[in-house]
Amino acid sequence: MLFLRQAWTVAQKDLRSEFRTKEALNASLSFALVILLLFSFAFDPTAEMTREISGGLLWLVFAFAGALLLNRSFARELENDCLDVLVVSPVPAAALFLGKALANYILLLGIEAVCLPVFGVFYNADWTRQPAWLAIVILLATWGITIIGTMFSALTVNLRLRELMLPMLVYPMLIPCLMAAMQLTTALMAGQAPSGDQLAWVRMLVGFDIIFTALSVALVETVLIG
Amino acid sequence: MREKILYALGALAALLLARNIWVMLTGLPDEAFQGAIFRIIFFHVPAAFTCFLCFFVALVASISYLKSGKMQWDSLAVSATEAGLAFGAANLVSGMIWARIIWGIWWTWDWRLTSMLVCWLLYAGYLVLRRAVEEPAQRARLSAVLSILSFAVVPFVFFSIKWFRTQHPQPVLYGEGKMDAAYRAMLYLNWVPLLMLAAVLIAIRIGQENRRRELDALRREAHSI
Repeated sequence: MLFLRQAWTVAQKDLRSEFRTKEALNASLSFALVILLLFSFAFDPTAEMTREISGGLLWLVFAFAGALLLNRSFARELENDCLDVLVVSPVPAAALFLGKALANYILLLGIEAVCLPVFGVFYNADWTRQPAWLAIVILLATWGITIIGTMFSALTVNLRLRELMLPMLVYPMLIPCLMAAMQLTTALMAGQAPSGDQLAWVRMLVGFDIIFTALSVALVETVLIG
Repeated sequence: MREKILYALGALAALLLARNIWVMLTGLPDEAFQGAIFRIIFFHVPAAFTCFLCFFVALVASISYLKSGKMQWDSLAVSATEAGLAFGAANLVSGMIWARIIWGIWWTWDWRLTSMLVCWLLYAGYLVLRRAVEEPAQRARLSAVLSILSFAVVPFVFFSIKWFRTQHPQPVLYGEGKMDAAYRAMLYLNWVPLLMLAAVLIAIRIGQENRRRELDALRREAHSI
């Protein structure tokens, strides 16, 4: 119980400081919009084309915007040696990590909530056909992106070339998660509820989230403290 | 003494490999549909086995490092990862040569090819991460964590094969066992020299790592004086 309260305190702190400056949020949101614009030049956004690749497109935007956001997660604590203070505070490293992941999750979901309607307008895609399933897929896959991204943010925080290392390490790790999200989202945009093979992807997302949450929580102390 | 054992093991691997190639070319008939090129499988599949065995060794070494803090484990982890990457590259390249002849294309985004490439990139990231960390203990710690996370994602990458339609030839070792017994025996037999080669490579790299660490320590001592 105490653990959860500590995690929530860290999450609140992160959210409050982010909403005061809106640094990462603004950068990541405008970056997402720029990518959405750029994709329209990469292919001819006709109805049929969009239907085939909508899932992939959307999740690439989310993954790119997410990396930008997650990069700042631990890096923002470097100023004034805040990270050292957090590490020596009575909050266990796992609670610190979960709190930060929770804050990132909320921010990333916020960005996605803005991008999704914009995507719908730009590419004339109807994303409201299976709202409940789409919400489940977005919640599951975004947690996967967040947990891996936050873990690698902690892993690379003290490295030189931090901004380069994070995307290089994170994207290959995220492939199974993104793959499942893309498959499911494309089907959902076409109005099909998941069945049979598609449900296997949902199960994989759940497994991915559970395993990497557990591994990250177990290993984060080693990463931050040693 | 250690070096002599390594040389002997390497020579034995070369001899065994030569013998296997001789048998492959003269003793085994061409496969009915693919002709002579099918023999690539005797290197392609064992290379993949060796690659993942190396990554598994790296995982065990990484966990052992985190438990004990002994730098020898870190040396083993990085050596095994490098050897694994070499065999992974051999697997990918031999597969591409086979694909060029049988499928007419070098590469296809079939999920199995893709997942091997993903694994290769994951572990290549491990080597890049090591270069970015200066301090030896921190480097060992962070790369051990990365090795564990990477290994955890490998099953996710590979289990998705079954849920994805695939162009790759179906597995010939398990399931309905479509491979002739003589071919299968050769496949496992050819794994032996590759394993020996991997062991030699890893042992050499561990020696290099240990020497580098000694050098680093001496350099630091010199600086302090």
